[in-house]
Amino acid sequence: MRDERTLHERVQASPEFAELRSRLRRFVFPMSAAFMLWYLGYVLMASYAPEVMGIPVFGHINVGILVGLLQFASTFVITGIYVRFADAKLDPVAESIRTRLEGH
Amino acid sequence: MSERLGSPILNISVFAAFVLVTLVVVFRVSRSNRTASDYYAAGRSFTGPQNGVAIAGDYLSAASFLGIAGAIAVNGYDGFLYSIGFLVAWLVALLLVAELLRNTGKFTMGDVLSFRMRQRPVRAAAATSTLVVSLFYLLAQMAGAGALIALLLQIPNSNTVGQGIVIAVVGLLMIVYVLVGGMKGTTWVQVIKAGLLLVGAATLVTWVLGRHGFDFSALLGEAVEENPSMETAQGVRELGERLLIPGLQYGASDLAKIDFLSLALALVLGTAGLPHILMRFYTVPNAKEARRSVVWAIWLIGVFYLFSLVLGYGAAALVPGGAERIATAPGGTNSAAPLLAYQLGGEFMLGVISAIAFATILAVVAGLTITASASFAHDVYANVLKRGVASPDAEVRVARRTAIVIGLIAIAAGILARNQNVAFLVALAFAVAASANLPTILYSLFWKRFNTTGALCSIYGGLVVSVVLIVFSPAVSGHPTSMVPSLDFDVFPLANPGLVSIPASFLLGAIGTLVGRPDEFADARHAEMEVRALTGAGSEKATVAPKTQPLPKITV
Repeated sequence: MRDERTLHERVQASPEFAELRSRLRRFVFPMSAAFMLWYLGYVLMASYAPEVMGIPVFGHINVGILVGLLQFASTFVITGIYVRFADAKLDPVAESIRTRLEGH
Repeated sequence: MSERLGSPILNISVFAAFVLVTLVVVFRVSRSNRTASDYYAAGRSFTGPQNGVAIAGDYLSAASFLGIAGAIAVNGYDGFLYSIGFLVAWLVALLLVAELLRNTGKFTMGDVLSFRMRQRPVRAAAATSTLVVSLFYLLAQMAGAGALIALLLQIPNSNTVGQGIVIAVVGLLMIVYVLVGGMKGTTWVQVIKAGLLLVGAATLVTWVLGRHGFDFSALLGEAVEENPSMETAQGVRELGERLLIPGLQYGASDLAKIDFLSLALALVLGTAGLPHILMRFYTVPNAKEARRSVVWAIWLIGVFYLFSLVLGYGAAALVPGGAERIATAPGGTNSAAPLLAYQLGGEFMLGVISAIAFATILAVVAGLTITASASFAHDVYANVLKRGVASPDAEVRVARRTAIVIGLIAIAAGILARNQNVAFLVALAFAVAASANLPTILYSLFWKRFNTTGALCSIYGGLVVSVVLIVFSPAVSGHPTSMVPSLDFDVFPLANPGLVSIPASFLLGAIGTLVGRPDEFADARHAEMEVRALTGAGSEKATVAPKTQPLPKITV
């Protein structure tokens, strides 16, 4: 029986590609949900619990300033984690599929 | 404010020096502009770090430099909240959009959205929303230019003609950059500007902190002490410790709190839908470099927003008269950073900082113009009108003409929008981008069943809902701070429409997809798009070798 699928459809159905897609999605979807919740939680706290944000921690630095700076820190950390993940787990698989496909 | 501030001649000379240097660079790099790929995407020859700096240059607009520092100086913590939204938003671009978009498209957002859909209607929709978002953003930048001019050249807000002329000069200069330099020239302008901006801000930050023994807490203390209250048109406003907690701008009522949530949503989801940012990902040779450029951008932008926190509170603490004087200076709250520079380093520092702010506006406006003109020429002219058979030369010619038209519109709009807070106007552009573009981009990258009907519903739906809500919002009419205070048609209570328009667009896209018919060859096209997005196989290659790596072997 002839395979009537296009080249891309066959690649898409291959286990190697399925693995690449699932690795990407299993990382970026939960991570996106996590940082959105953390950010929206922060925004809601700023709107509805300003008195908590105003609790002094040391000197004039209060909870609000610290939590705000933590948003910066978490953004930098997530960026770093993603780059390490993508370099190690995504790029080699993507490259192997690409080389095979473009070598056709 | 009646006293003289700096010398206009010095201000103009520093700015003129910047213009001269960048023009020379633009002329030099433009000699190698030959193909459409050169004009739109700089031959895809920039490295990740170079593009990252350019993205920071594109993104750190006058809204960031003038708007956020001013918002912090006058509204305290609420200004800081803006910068957090602007930064966190980059994670959406990094995790979900940048690399897949680079692999799938060629020059514009429309390339990606129309990849597996019916070309003409979807490209027309993508171009429409690109033009609307870019025009909103342009409006904000030109308003910033007006504010700055008011301050620097001592042209009072009442002198519409004088301010108008200077806005026109800024607009004309920008047109020259885009026409001569194309994407390559524009990118180098962004890089130079980003460097100047970061160095300038770092200098001011060191100076401000140095005055307080490098103790940030002491700086906050002085800001609190110097600003017990301020007088506004609406009466006396208590400041003091309230500068350090959220709620000064958005905490007055339940409605204001919901408005703030709406703004926060628009900021975080808008970035990855801004056409001029998306287009920058096409200037690098592959997805890995696109990733590197986002990482560089995130670090530079993050550091810059930390600087702006110090600048904002620094202005409140050190500028004599504090928040009240800043709010009432020519240019309004946008004047905080220039006033702080004057306080610290006198005329010279004011001249330098203002020239940097000018350069910022000029560069961002150039980036917006090239994006809008590319979208019109590539999506509307070449693919909708000429059905994909226009010659690349004709396409670039159309792009150049469009750039002139857009520049002229920007000049007119800028004259109308003077004195609006720039960060606020930019937030509206973000709301439109988050509503019309982001849902469509995410659906088309991640949802197999998504189809032409769905794409048209989410683009036009998001666009119409957000723009209509803005028109009927208190931002446009009915309040003393509105754009048209004399009229009153604010039926929609929120100043930022994001909370309603973003979910509406997601919903419309889903409904449209379920109602509409599947596109022709949907499975095969989806397979091609997904394989290409994830692996880069078949993606657009660099036409010029990037300087740091050899030309990739192309064996297609």
